Amino acid sequence: MYEFNYHRAKSVDEAVKTVKGASEGKFLAGGHTLIPTLKQRLARPSDLVDISAIRELQGISVAGGTVTIGACTRHGDVANSKDVQMAIPALAHLADTIGDPQVRNRGTIGGSIANSDPGADYPAAILGLGATIHTNKRTIEADKYFKGLFETALEDGELITKVTFPIADKAAYEKFAQPASRFALVGVFVSQGKAGVRVAVTGAGVCAFRVAEMEKALGAKFAPESVANIKVPSKGLNADIHGSAEYRAHLVTVMAKRAVAKANG
Amino acid sequence: MAANGIGVSVRRIEDYRFLTGRGTYTDDLNRPGQVHAFILRSPHARAKIKSIKTDKARRADGVIAVFTGADIEADQLGGLPCGWMVTDRHGKPMVEPAHPVIVKDEARHVGDQVAVVIAETRSQARDAAELITIDYQALPAIVSTGEAMSKSAPLVWDQAPQNLCYDWALGDQAAADAAFAKAAKVAKLDIVNNRLIPNAMEPRAAVGDYDAAKGHYTLHTTSQNPHVIRLLMSAYVLKVPEHKVRVNAPDVGGGFGSKIYHYAEEAIVTWASKKIGRPVKWTADRSESFMSDAHGRDHVTHAELALDQNGTFLAMKVSTTANMGAYLSTFAPCIPTYLYALLLAGVYTTPTIFCEVRAVFTNTVPVDAYRGAGRPEATFVVERLVDEAAKVTGLDPAEIRRRNFIPRNAFPYQTPVVVQYDSGDYQSTLDLALKGGDYAGFETRRAESAKRGKLRGIGLATYIEACGIAPSAVVGSVGARAGLYESAVIRVHPTGSVTVLTGSHSHGQGHETTFAQLVAERLGVDIANIEIVHGDTDKIPFGMGTYGSRSLAVGGSAMVKAMDKIIAKGKKIAAHLLEAAEADIEFKDGTFSVAGTDKKKALAEISGAAYVPHHYPINELEPGLEEQAFYDPANFTFPGGCHVCEVEIDQDTGTVNVVKFTAVDDVGRVINPMIVEGQVQGGLAQGIGQALLEGCVYDQKSGQLVTGSYMDYTMPRADNLPSFTVSTHNTLCTHNPLGVKGVGEVGAIGSPAAVMNAVHNALAPLGITRIDMPATAERVWKAINGAPRRAAE
Amino acid sequence: MPTVSMTVNGKAVSADVEPRTLLVHYLRENLGMTGTHVGCDTSQCGACVVHIDGASVKSCTVLATQAEGAKVTTIEGLAQGDKLHPMQEAFRENHALQCGFCTPGMVMSAIDLVNRNKNPTEREIREWLEGNLCRCTGYHNIVKAIAAAAQAMR
Repeated sequence: MYEFNYHRAKSVDEAVKTVKGASEGKFLAGGHTLIPTLKQRLARPSDLVDISAIRELQGISVAGGTVTIGACTRHGDVANSKDVQMAIPALAHLADTIGDPQVRNRGTIGGSIANSDPGADYPAAILGLGATIHTNKRTIEADKYFKGLFETALEDGELITKVTFPIADKAAYEKFAQPASRFALVGVFVSQGKAGVRVAVTGAGVCAFRVAEMEKALGAKFAPESVANIKVPSKGLNADIHGSAEYRAHLVTVMAKRAVAKANG
Repeated sequence: MAANGIGVSVRRIEDYRFLTGRGTYTDDLNRPGQVHAFILRSPHARAKIKSIKTDKARRADGVIAVFTGADIEADQLGGLPCGWMVTDRHGKPMVEPAHPVIVKDEARHVGDQVAVVIAETRSQARDAAELITIDYQALPAIVSTGEAMSKSAPLVWDQAPQNLCYDWALGDQAAADAAFAKAAKVAKLDIVNNRLIPNAMEPRAAVGDYDAAKGHYTLHTTSQNPHVIRLLMSAYVLKVPEHKVRVNAPDVGGGFGSKIYHYAEEAIVTWASKKIGRPVKWTADRSESFMSDAHGRDHVTHAELALDQNGTFLAMKVSTTANMGAYLSTFAPCIPTYLYALLLAGVYTTPTIFCEVRAVFTNTVPVDAYRGAGRPEATFVVERLVDEAAKVTGLDPAEIRRRNFIPRNAFPYQTPVVVQYDSGDYQSTLDLALKGGDYAGFETRRAESAKRGKLRGIGLATYIEACGIAPSAVVGSVGARAGLYESAVIRVHPTGSVTVLTGSHSHGQGHETTFAQLVAERLGVDIANIEIVHGDTDKIPFGMGTYGSRSLAVGGSAMVKAMDKIIAKGKKIAAHLLEAAEADIEFKDGTFSVAGTDKKKALAEISGAAYVPHHYPINELEPGLEEQAFYDPANFTFPGGCHVCEVEIDQDTGTVNVVKFTAVDDVGRVINPMIVEGQVQGGLAQGIGQALLEGCVYDQKSGQLVTGSYMDYTMPRADNLPSFTVSTHNTLCTHNPLGVKGVGEVGAIGSPAAVMNAVHNALAPLGITRIDMPATAERVWKAINGAPRRAAE
Repeated sequence: MPTVSMTVNGKAVSADVEPRTLLVHYLRENLGMTGTHVGCDTSQCGACVVHIDGASVKSCTVLATQAEGAKVTTIEGLAQGDKLHPMQEAFRENHALQCGFCTPGMVMSAIDLVNRNKNPTEREIREWLEGNLCRCTGYHNIVKAIAAAAQAMR
């Protein structure tokens, strides 16, 4: 790691102010994306502002058909939350597939979606449930949040404070893990709720995306066979030694099928 | 039998310190005044170094020194030596390029050392390294084993046309051709033995500490063989007197071959410590390990087996290209030759074998021994080929093996490829493994899997290995530049407790327990009163270290020899004390007694008398009770056995799961069954890893190491593996005093072939004939997707 | 340099550290507690696992400053005098370690599992160990040891 200054913020305002005042400030939540990046010397922030002690960024609540998760809530807390397990079991399950137990004991939802790694799991749930991202300045709809490779709608110095998920009638997440890193090679989140059917894919593209054709077919009939013959175009999908674009495209169909079957119980 | 003697699963003596965080690994050592080295490595697969500017780095915070290849050259350091000379089929010596400690003019693989920065802290050294400016001229590189000899391939070394290190052959080609001409059937196979990265969990580390007052160098290092490092480093690299160098390999966190070799960093920290007058520590980051630890395997092979009408093997022809990497690592040349071709008879009576091996240079990390070293490659060729032969003859894979086994009563058995097997019982290990793995019930399980939409397959490997490496005269005659004996000192203290000094090195094998059991059994001493000392050249006699499953067969035999001397001397002392004839003295369970009487002396009384020789045959016998022995084995040992693997394949994704694995191994006499099983289980995980998960990938164009971290190199994890069913059926080695064969590598030798035979068996109904290792999900899915007979049809 | 204070194995400790100091380096270098190991640089191998406030974490991916005020437990803090923790004892009894390098992290991780799940199945144990690499044992005996320790800890 290069040298940096470390600050511990007590409030959102203080955190945002400190990051803005630094020549290159960054928020530090669980640190499970940022610290590995720093260790590889792939980033050189001047200042890290630790937001993990800010109380208002913590916690899970369920009310009015919505699950609200504070930005600094750890993956393990979401996975083990009885409330989340009751309201959106697919979301608890997804959190339980992130990284490994030790990563889940530190990594946070805010950190994950602020970073928007193409293989991260949470983006599938954000898009797949049509969540809303709350920041210190505004709210951002899921569909307007993911912009590209490690690119989101967040502006410089903008801090995610919480995420609200509408409770779906049915939902499920199926993940095919990249064998070495265990990130999602392809993960598919499906849901059926008030706003209709959503199918969101992570791992396959530069960032999470929805599959309209599958949503339409599932809208007509929410059953695995509805998506069995729908293939996303492989053009533009990620390709690496663990999976060609064609393989990823194929896995999107397989995982979608399995997710629908699972959502149907 | 002693309470904690041979055959007892004694819980390990070394575990207490490891379980309480009190092991002492190299990176745990800190010397007063110690500073830290960071090695700057080439980012290019091949590049000319036009200039290096280090001024800024030298002026950076905390920096003590920056050294480059020019400094190494100015001090006239030698290159890293190669310990084996292979002579090619025309009598020509292999091409043996220089292997500089720090390169000066050209970097030849990603990770090649180009400079070292020494600073007060590790972070400062790394910070400063970024201030070094190197003007590289990137050059075209070759990384592919199969393409290395092609006309268009750039040359790694000008002195090696076609990138050929050697073109070696073994056997009678004409006889093999004649046998093939008469064959009723021929099985043919093209296979790749995938390149692996060893990944012992402890990254390599080294601390150099020069004592100017005594002119004495100390190197603490992560080594499997400290004396070999001392010899190579002092005599060939640093060119300093061997007696002025101490090499200490303390607790070492796994080796699997990768810590046999003398590495540049060891010489750098030792040399630099003298240059700057302070101890210098270097510890690899895992990313550095990936690009600087010697890799393993990496063969491309075409093989053929000629058969008669009945499925009897008539002859085998094998042609292999083996990747050496950019430089010759310490034992690299012997791995694809003498540790490979000599094993191609397998457990069969194949009368004629011809093997040719072309070793090639590429712009990759050097390749050397990795668990099994040559023998897994040979087993993979033979056992995949035998399954292919089963296919062309229509025989069951178990049946064709039975028809060709070397029979129980044929030992000693001379193979057509130099070696003579001393013992074995291949029929029984096969039968037991088939029973244990319920081979007969497989079709029921296959049908059950099919109901769930899964493809199930079963595969066998009846393998052999040669270990207990090795008779010095034999290896010397084929190019080894070292002997391969082992040493031991048995020191019986005045009170009767025992210290054993061994040249073997334990880095997970549990020697501190197994060797203590051996001594407890032989000398009748309580295991609590025995200590095994290893790893420090200032304490132990010159030894060759641990690799090639040799520690018990060779090092243990040295202990037996030394103990025999102790007993012989003890009898003389006892005869004197008991006023009896030496010939009448018997030794049993720690007591010397006069045959047929109740006159006796315990070992502690004898040792007491030896060190306080008041009443002692001082005219005939020296005081003291300490003996040393060197043991040079008469032959290799030949463990073997049968591995049976069962896999299930998800057709939708191509994922292969190992659902059942049964191993029945013949490892000779077992000292500690618990440790033996543990060794097999660990080897199986590595073999299954090779078959399904692990594969080193270089980008063919840029020569970059794509699998440069655990993000891309798939290490076997707990959830990738099943529980194993492991047992032994042992025949004794006939030429060492313990009857032991060795167990360190068997798990990794038999298993890749068993797994891949199972994968091919599962996919055969679809008409799929070739899947290379690692059989990743995508690879299998692609095959299923393009299969001649789709599963759905 | 910021000052960081925490409790390690029940003992209050405090030091000035560079902000870029990782918890594992603080433990190994500042406190001389070398039982916690570093086996990779990508937060995967788990040789560095310790407990922070009772939860297993990778100390190579936590800044020392992030552990301010925390209760840290390392492998050195498990045994009561000469008496091993039941997990340590089960590892010894079941030969769940060979070279010992992954062992401290493996043991710390396993204790966290059993604290959460008193009766884990083989599958649950294997899945929990996703963040702990071992190259020696093939995991067979580690899985056995954890199951045995779970019984002993009940």
